Amino acid sequence: MAVISPDNHGLRLAVRYAVLVLIAIIFVFPLVFMVMSSLKPDQQLLADTSSLRAFLPVGDVSLNNYSKAFQRAPIGLFVFNSVLVTGLTVLLCLLVCSMAGFAFVYLNWRGRDLFLSVILATLIVPFETIAIPLLLLVSKLPWIGWEGVTIGWLNSYRVQIIPWIADALTIFLFVQYFKGLPRELIEAARVEGATWFQIYWRVVMPLSGPVLATAAILKFLVMYNQYLWPLIVVQQEQYRPVMVGLQYFFQLNIAWGEVMAYLTMITVPVLAFYLALQRAFIASIASTGVKG
Amino acid sequence: MKLRYLVACTAAAQTLTIGAAFAQTPLTMWYHGAGNEVESAIINQIVADFNASQSDWSVSLESFPQGAYNDSVVAAALAGNLPDILDVDGPVMPNWAWAGYMQPLPLDEAVIADFLPGTKGYWDGQLYSIGLWDAAVALVTRQSTLDTLGLRTPTLAEPWSGEEFMAALDAAKAAGNWDYAFDPGMAWTGEWYPYAFSPFLQSFGGDIVDRSTYQSADGVLNGDAAMAFGEWWQSLFTGGFAPGTSQDPAARDNGFIEGRYAFSWNGNWAALNALNAFDDTLFLPAPDFGNGPKIGAASWQFGVSGTSQHPEGAAAFIEFALQDEYLAAFSNGIGLIPATASAAAMTENYAEGGAMAVFFALSEAQALVRPVTPGYVVQAKVFEKALADIANGADVADTLDAAVDEIDADIARNSGYGH
Repeated sequence: MAVISPDNHGLRLAVRYAVLVLIAIIFVFPLVFMVMSSLKPDQQLLADTSSLRAFLPVGDVSLNNYSKAFQRAPIGLFVFNSVLVTGLTVLLCLLVCSMAGFAFVYLNWRGRDLFLSVILATLIVPFETIAIPLLLLVSKLPWIGWEGVTIGWLNSYRVQIIPWIADALTIFLFVQYFKGLPRELIEAARVEGATWFQIYWRVVMPLSGPVLATAAILKFLVMYNQYLWPLIVVQQEQYRPVMVGLQYFFQLNIAWGEVMAYLTMITVPVLAFYLALQRAFIASIASTGVKG
Repeated sequence: MKLRYLVACTAAAQTLTIGAAFAQTPLTMWYHGAGNEVESAIINQIVADFNASQSDWSVSLESFPQGAYNDSVVAAALAGNLPDILDVDGPVMPNWAWAGYMQPLPLDEAVIADFLPGTKGYWDGQLYSIGLWDAAVALVTRQSTLDTLGLRTPTLAEPWSGEEFMAALDAAKAAGNWDYAFDPGMAWTGEWYPYAFSPFLQSFGGDIVDRSTYQSADGVLNGDAAMAFGEWWQSLFTGGFAPGTSQDPAARDNGFIEGRYAFSWNGNWAALNALNAFDDTLFLPAPDFGNGPKIGAASWQFGVSGTSQHPEGAAAFIEFALQDEYLAAFSNGIGLIPATASAAAMTENYAEGGAMAVFFALSEAQALVRPVTPGYVVQAKVFEKALADIANGADVADTLDAAVDEIDADIARNSGYGH
């Protein structure tokens, strides 16, 4: 029986890489299956699922499913809606939650710890339990727009954005990260006469790249995958996001190739966003120990 | 002078036309067909034709994907945001009517006198919805299969008895030519279970709930007839006649045309695939387990929302949509059974001698709507779970008793659902 000694560096490395490759395969294969299936007609797609052919571009490969998917649903509109709603929510969430985190860590005010505890306690409340009360609330809220004052936020972008800006998990991430920053920096800025906002904007935020990336990615995933909320607050196609749009493909006879083509297309923005922030995300995970 | 006169007349005509367009009262309509190009094209055409046909009403359509439709309607009802015209799945209609999401449909009954019974949605003695089509289920097989097994061909007038049906499955199993003798469609969960399988229970003499009062399932879902049904149902799986709840959806979709099942319990929407696969495809009536052969009925129907201020306008649109040409267009487009015989005669497949005409006859002769009660939406889920459990080997009596308890508790919680 072979024994791996501390000196046997090459073998240890090989075992480590083998394990990593195995894990990578487990995570990557569903994506490969999705992309390969999107290129095949339904009958071949279903027949290939029982063999390794499911992961290979073999047989009758074409882009037909993509063109059919575009005929079935306004995919460009759905992706635009999701990217717009997600992008704005992430930006506003980072701004608001980082300010909240800053206030919880650096400002002294009465009830601060209690307030933070209450906010963190909301983490254990599933969204489904507040969906209906929130629906009733937003359906009665006023709004000032081009048409003057209107009542009700349903069928709009704002109803998909505003309720999701403040977020306990993101506040928690910022609080944890800010606690780790050297206090001396803040105190030095105060001595120099900087205002609290200047400290937040010019000292703390420039040092917060990793937590910003982490919070952005986690929030992006939550927002991009929204289903229940847009389902109940949006009845007009012009505001529908990608996940509700997926339902367009589930008819009596499901065209699985088109489903896979649609999923492939809507996965692209997620992958692009993650790859853009990958380094900062990993750095933040490594430094804070937070896992999404 | 002539030119000036012509211009004046044109201007006057345009003013009148624009005036008429502005005079149209707007109506909103929601429909479940988003993602289905053919269905969307037909419903859009009906809306356009209606808007152009008169000057009182103007309908605007919003389409939803079917999987998201019911939840969207319920949420909109809570938020007070319902449209004027809704479409609703037949068995769900009583629940929406009871909850106030819908109001009675002010339609002259003479207009729908010739419609298939399953297309008419009545609740509390009033018409609430009407369908342009119905759906039906048949026992799908091949003439060559019957010949190979030496079986007689059942007819509407003389369907197979329960014993004959089981003898057919025995023969198919013994022949060894198929993976399973019978494919009931266990992979299709959800509404398929009560729609497709409760008619077997009703043919045994039981039911999901006591239709005389709609206040209890006791005695009908766990009585002697229901017990006999439950034992028979379980024997399909313990006896190796049918694939169980772990059936692969792909096998359900394609198993019959791939020759894996001798008999398949399937709907008219899948009939064209079977006809294209085999030139000797047969659609047989449901077997009679003692209380008459039964199949499910009621598909999507149109109705007026509870908050609509213009029920007469909504009814005008619905009546317009009930024309035979539209019934036939839907049938030709998506394969459904047209609601009237005169529309069926205009279709390719349901006209006399058409490849699927038998489904119209089945719908007329054997269809039984699912329990007409607001509680059905809960009862359907309880029934589905009970049948899946029994198929997986659960004790029949205990399972049916538990289902009865759950249904009765729900009825009590909702103060009898207004019956």
